[in-house]
Parts: sequence; structure tokens; C-alpha cells
Amino acid sequence: MKQPMNAPARLAGQFIRRLRALVIKEFRQLLRDKSNLAIGIFLPILLILLFGYGLSLDIRHAPVVIVLEDGSPTARDVVAGLRGSDYIAPRYVTTMAEAESLMRERQVDGIVRIPANFSRQLAQGRGSIQLVLHGTDAATAASLRGYVAAAINGWNKHRQDTSGRMSAVPGIEVLSRLWFNSANSSTWYLVPGLIVLIMTLVGGFLTSMLIAREWERGTMEALFVTPVHTFEILLAKIIPYFTVGMLGLTLCLVAARVLFHVPLNGSLWVFMVSSMLYLMVALSLGLLISAAARNQFLASQIAIVTTFLPALMLSGFLFDLQNVPTGIQKVASILPATYYVELARMSFLAGDNIHLIVRDWTILVVQFAVLITGARLRTQKTLDR
Amino acid sequence: MSRIELTVEATDVVKRFKGANGGPALNTISIAIPKGQLTALVGPDGAGKTTLIRLIAGLMKPDSGMLRTLGIDVASNPQAVQDLISYMPQKFGLYEDLSVMENLNLYADLHGVSMDERKERFNRMLAMTDMAAFTGRLAGNLSGGMKQKLGLACTLVRSPRLLLLDEPTVGVDPLSRRELWRIVQQLVEEEGLPVVVSTAYLDEAERCAHVIVMTEGKILAEGTPADLCGLAKERCFIAYPPTGVLARTLQACLIDDRANVLDAVPESGAVRFIRAKDTQTSDLDSALQGVRCEATPARLEDGVMTLLREKNAQINFVQPRRQQNLQARAGAGSDSAELIQVRDLVRWFGEFTAVASTSFSVRRGEIFGLLGPNGAGKTTTFRMLCGLLPATSGFLEVAGFNLRTARAAARARIGYVSQKFALYENLSVVENLTFFGGAYGLDGSELKSRIDHALNEFELQTKKDERSGNLPGGFKQRLAMATALIHRPEILFLDEPTSGIDPLARRAFWRRITTLAAEGTTIIVTTHFMEEAEYCDRIVIQDAGRLLALGTPHEVRTQASGAANMNDAFLAIIEKGRQNRQASAMPVDASI
Repeated sequence: MKQPMNAPARLAGQFIRRLRALVIKEFRQLLRDKSNLAIGIFLPILLILLFGYGLSLDIRHAPVVIVLEDGSPTARDVVAGLRGSDYIAPRYVTTMAEAESLMRERQVDGIVRIPANFSRQLAQGRGSIQLVLHGTDAATAASLRGYVAAAINGWNKHRQDTSGRMSAVPGIEVLSRLWFNSANSSTWYLVPGLIVLIMTLVGGFLTSMLIAREWERGTMEALFVTPVHTFEILLAKIIPYFTVGMLGLTLCLVAARVLFHVPLNGSLWVFMVSSMLYLMVALSLGLLISAAARNQFLASQIAIVTTFLPALMLSGFLFDLQNVPTGIQKVASILPATYYVELARMSFLAGDNIHLIVRDWTILVVQFAVLITGARLRTQKTLDR
Repeated sequence: MSRIELTVEATDVVKRFKGANGGPALNTISIAIPKGQLTALVGPDGAGKTTLIRLIAGLMKPDSGMLRTLGIDVASNPQAVQDLISYMPQKFGLYEDLSVMENLNLYADLHGVSMDERKERFNRMLAMTDMAAFTGRLAGNLSGGMKQKLGLACTLVRSPRLLLLDEPTVGVDPLSRRELWRIVQQLVEEEGLPVVVSTAYLDEAERCAHVIVMTEGKILAEGTPADLCGLAKERCFIAYPPTGVLARTLQACLIDDRANVLDAVPESGAVRFIRAKDTQTSDLDSALQGVRCEATPARLEDGVMTLLREKNAQINFVQPRRQQNLQARAGAGSDSAELIQVRDLVRWFGEFTAVASTSFSVRRGEIFGLLGPNGAGKTTTFRMLCGLLPATSGFLEVAGFNLRTARAAARARIGYVSQKFALYENLSVVENLTFFGGAYGLDGSELKSRIDHALNEFELQTKKDERSGNLPGGFKQRLAMATALIHRPEILFLDEPTSGIDPLARRAFWRRITTLAAEGTTIIVTTHFMEEAEYCDRIVIQDAGRLLALGTPHEVRTQASGAANMNDAFLAIIEKGRQNRQASAMPVDASI
């Protein structure tokens, strides 16, 4: 107390030194535990490849057989529109019987039949084409119907333009699902959601074990009798996992741009700030779970149920929240992931919306403040509970 | 700041745990620990030793009463106390995925030890703990004894004003224990550092200046070891069994006489016992039956046992067995049939030889002890005998079955109690017994009668519907034994069954074992309490995978040039073995 002027500087020096020691410790533990790296680095890569290539909701080169019963140039011109797309790989037969046998052998997913009287009926303004789909895979069937309809429609419009004459438009609608997804690619739609999932895994799931592990191994008791503050313990746990989370995010972004050409319609910095905010919320939730459970197994179970699964099912990642019951909407509205999914989709697909940014950032900041305070209160330097 | 007169000063301290049934963990405790000396806390499990140490360290708050550590009120200012003390919790507080040096640096950083100071301090600690060669090794890959020394080094990275050690030697071999105590005593002598240590080993407490005996949250007595020895003064005797009678048979007769005998243990081929206060020598005739007795000076253990037995009549102690006279009891026991045969047993783990060319045999009804320092190959040998681990080479026959060809058949004849509590914690006592009985193919009325028998035999009747995870330590151990014996195996394997168990529970445990052996069950046991080897018919001492001694306790003591007790014999044999190995230029690595 002889030099009161130096006291704050000295305290700050001690704080920095202790925090540095703890952060180095956490990084070492992180790097030596292979399962952490697997979840932090390899899982994101695996998920991107899996979702990007495997779990696409689109079809590519779907085998379709075209039955040309009408050999006229008009009929050939109509089906030429089908051949030109990446979605459909057409093959040609001349009788319906051949096509049916191919369909039964599951060599094709659908039949497009141009009936013998097609060009004559078209000339009368009501040409019709028969489309038969293999219904066992409903998702593929629905997509295929959309593509065929769109292709025929496209030809129809083209014909109107060139001939300048009105004709009956086939009664097929173009689905509004193509909004904000001009390539009609579900990958564009899934990748932002995937980033949310990965950030949730790193933030919520990995960190949920951290404090629990120190309790289980008895190291918490040893830390408590050092001059360290609980605030420093928490901060030292956030820093390394924040780094891993941002690394995973970068990987996802690069993959999104390079592999899947997902456009980033909003500004990059808005998306990065949103991601950091969400990562902080997820980290503090993980730490709160860990501090409350004091048991790694229990903590990981709670983390899966309260962070990962809701982020997957309820955040709007897979299912549109406007189509779920109000009860579930209420649950979704308290989930941090819901807001991050919203922000990510905005950044990638729709472009910046200042109203949405302000609202969702505020919500995330408040959630972070509440959760980190909870974690802090749950980690008292005492063995009493 | 006023001059500190006392290291720890407690007045009427009460600590109660939420949801705990029974009395408070600490019940109006008042103590005064003077500075600059070594103080031991001893007492049975659940006496409140750990709670008291945690309160002194400021890790918990007392419910009422005043507690000052180094003159500071701990409850209101725990951080001020923690800045001055060093504390080693029971689990050492090491980061297993950090290396020795990284652990030391972490704790030095947290305590704010400067780089200059650190250099000097680390060198001293590494020299003291003999670990300078292992600074790069991960703490998780150290042996139990070395982990514990590293734990101590980490708590001593700076000079504390008080050192608190909570059961630092549980599960640690005599060699490592001796080294740890050498370090602690050096600190007390050279730095005048006050140390408070809780321990289950009374020979350790005997080295302390001040001993506090606790039971059920209360202080039973305190004083110098000599004061406490005085409680059993002139009541300690050595009884020499007649030829042909095992020391443990005589010990069983004496300890069963609960009214007249406070304690009895086999020691150096004879039996050491404490007479009850108002008992005359003539009252002991029925138990002693004329065997020769000599008076002997009291030790701390005698004093503490006297205290625990006299002040606490209903304390959980040995249940007397069916009355039999010494001669009748002497008739039972081992015969010549060899139940286990081991020849040239070898086990490698990669390049590392865990067990090297070991041969021995065990006869039916024998109690056979496996002794050795941490990492000697005891557990590996044990697992091979139980058929849990295949041998790399060698011949192994258990209960007439070759373990290479008929492992399952041999397993049905053995029972196994592991070091850790390996039962289902969320099943009740009866449910555990039913499950394991079923696993061994018992059912119907036979299973029921076996369970009833086990509940009576192991005094689990009162707790039979409690979840086994909630049982106190002693009950857990009894349940583990009952489960291992449910199918009436011919051979019972016990891996460190008495680690961390207080003296009273250990007496009860060994009384059960000697009864089982007398009924013809063969017992294979490992232990870190060398004096328990005296209960065994024969023992082996292993170190670094090699067999160094094999024979009766008497033969082993003779091999160690007539050491006075088993602890000295053990240390002598291990040291000689290590010298020989170094002489023959073999690489020494006892740390794995």
C-alpha cells in the first residue's frame, strides 16, 4: 500500500499473466485432445461435403425417358428444351411399352410422353403432354415435375415471343420457392444453416465439457486455492474455442464460395459480426451448462438437447418456422440459433436489412449477457453448492 | 497487522451439508494449531477430515463458528487466505494432458512466481522429487507415486505460509510414501513451514508433532503422538502362537473377544493386541489358551485404536465369528493341492515388459499376497490370473483350467473385486446382487438364498434397498465383496481392497478374509499396507515386472536380513533389487 499509484497497473499485470497462463493451458489441452480437433475442424469439413454434395434436395441428371409418338418437328422442338438442362438426362424411345418397362426396372425416374396427336392439338391451342413419375421417392418426383413443367413453360413462352401470338398456357405453376435462389439450388439454402450448426457444435457442445472436466478431475479445487479469479477461468476457456469457432466459420465460408458458389449478397463484415455474436452466445451457454452439471457426460447430453438439436430442428434450418405450430414458434423464438439462421440467410441470400440486423444483434447481445452472467454466478470459488 | 500466533484457530465451527442425512459433517469443532509444525488429522472415513481442510483453505464456509487461518477470517476473506497457502487436494489437481514442466509453469504463473524465483524453486522441487529427467513427460503417463510427487511440487511452486495436504498417500506404495514424507519433513525443518496433513496411515501421523483424532465430525482427542500413545500404555502385548498355529488364527481368536481385546493385528509372525481397560490378564485365558505373551510399548496406532474403541462403543467393528477354540481353528486352512500354477509368465506391452518370467503357485485355502511399488506389474499379473488379459507367453492354470484354452470355464470359479467400485451405482444393493447372481447363472430359490446369506454375512440387511452409489465407503466395499462371492467361487481376487480405508474398517475386512480362507476359499490380494502382508500365508514382492521375493512373511523378512517388520523388509528388498539391476546395466524406468 506504499505505492497506491502503481496498484492498478500491478493488478492488471497479474491479471494478464494469469490469463495468459490459463489460455496457453487451454490451447494445449485443446490441441492434445484429438476429439476436440475432430469436432472443431474435421466435422465442419465432413458436414459441408455431406450436405453440399450428398444431402442436396435438388436433382441432377435425373434419368427420364421421352416417348416420341409424334415425330413432327414441333414435338422434337418441345423436348429439345428438356435436353438442354443439367437436371435431366433424357433418352428416347418410340413406344410407351418400352418406356414402361424401363420405368419398372427403375432405370428412369419419369416418362415424358408426346402423344401422336400432339402437334395437331397444339395447333388448335391445347397441346398436352403426359408426365409419369416414379413416386417411390417423393422428393425427387416433386423436383422432376417442377423441372419438366418449367422446361415446357419456357418453350411455351419462347413460342409466344417468336410467334407473337397468344396461345393457351399449360396449367402449370412455377413455384415461388425459387425466390432468392436463382440457381434453384438447395445447397445455397443449406450452407448458411450448416454454418449455424457448426458454430453451435463448437460453441455449445465442445465447451459444455470444459468446466465439468475440471470438476471431475479435481483440478478445479487446485485452481481455486490459487489467486486466480473465476472470471479469468471463464475468459481463458472462451478465447481458444472462439478461435476454433472462427476457424470453422472461415472453412465454411471458403467452401461456400469456392465449392458451391453461394453468393454473399450482404456485406461480409455484417455476417462476421453476426457470427461472432452468435459464437459468444453459444460459448457462454456451453459454459453455463458445464458449470451447472459438473459432470462431462451429463453436460454433453444437456448440450446436445438444448443447443445442437434445437439448432437443427427448430431454428428454421430444415423446416420453415412459419409452417410450424405456434407453441414451437414460441420455443424457436427464444433460441439464439433462430436469429443467427435468420441473419445468415439474410447475409447470403437476401442482402443486408438494417431493421433485421439491429433487432437480431440486440437479441444476441442480451442473450450473451444473461448466459455469461449465469455461468459466472454458477462458478463460485467455493465447494459449497 | 497483528502478529500471528496460531496457524489455524477454530472456535465452535459447524458445517452441515444440504440433503445429507445424519449429523453435521463438522460438529462444533474447536482447534488451535500452532505455527511452524507438522499436524496430522486422523480418523475413520466420514470423520470430517477433508471438510475441515477445505474450510481451512476457504473452499467452503462454516455454517457457524469462527475460523481463522494465518490470522485471517476465512469465511469473509477466502482469497486473502488462498494467496498465502498451498493446498493439495486428494486428486492432486494435475492436468494429465500437460507435461510435468507445463504443469509446474501453469501453477507458477497462476501464483505470480517471477522467472528468477521460478528457476531456483523448480530446480529445488525437481531435485527433491527426483523428477528432473521426466520434465517433458505428460502427467497422465506418470505412475501413481510420481503423480503425487508432481502434485506436491505444483502446490509448492512458491513458498507458502501454510501447506495443506489431503490424504496425500492414498494408493501410493511405501517407497513413494517414504520419499514424500522426506520432502515434507525437509520443508518443515528447513523453512519452518507449518503443514496440516490428513492421513489414513497412523505410522505417518506418528512423525507429526501434533495429532488430531476425529470421528463423526468431532475432535476425539489431540496431542503429541506420545500423549496419544499414553492412552494404551501398559496394555499392549505381543502373543506368540504355538508352532503349527498361524499368527492370523490367533489374531482371529483375540479380535473376536470384543469385550476384552480392543485391537489385535498379526505382526512379525506373532500377534500384537491391546487389552481393554478393566480386563485382567486372566480374562484373556479363553482367547489366549495359554500362549506366551510379552508386554510391548504402545504405538500411535494402539493409542488411536483405544480411543476409537473406548469412546465409541457402537462403532462399526469386527463381528465376532462362531466361537471355536484355537486348536479347532488351527485345523482348517490350506492343504497341499495347488489351485493356481504360474510358470514363466511374461507380458509385454509393445516394447515394455510389464511382467518378466514369473513363476509361482498358490495352494487351496491360502491367502496369497502380491506386493510391489506402483508400476511393479502387480495389476498386470492380477489381470492375467483372472483371465482379463492374455499372457504374452508362459503357462497359467487356474482351478485346473488352462487360461489359454478354457478362459470362460476358469472364470466361473473365480470372484474379482477391482480397485474402483465397479458395481451399478444406480441399482440398489439387492438389485446388484440379483444381477451378478444372474450373470453367473443363478436363479430361483437358490439365488434368493444366496442373496439372503450375502446380506447377513456382509451386514447389508439395513441398506438392502438403498442405491449402491449412495452407500458410505465401507458399505460399498462390503457390497463389492458380497457380489464377487455370490457364486461361491473357489478363488477370490482382491485388488488393493484396503486403499484409503480407515484402521477399524480394515480390521473388519481382514476378519472376513481370514474367515473365508479358513472355510477353504483361496484369496489373492494386493495391498500397499505392508503390515497386512502378515495376514498372508505367502507373499511375492515384484518390482519392474520381476519377482524379487517369494515365501512366507517370515521367509521374506529373513531374506531382507531379518528386518524388524514387513515395511522395512519390503523397502530393503526393493532397493537391493534395483541396485542389482543397475549393476547389471539394465535401463531403470520404474515410472511407467
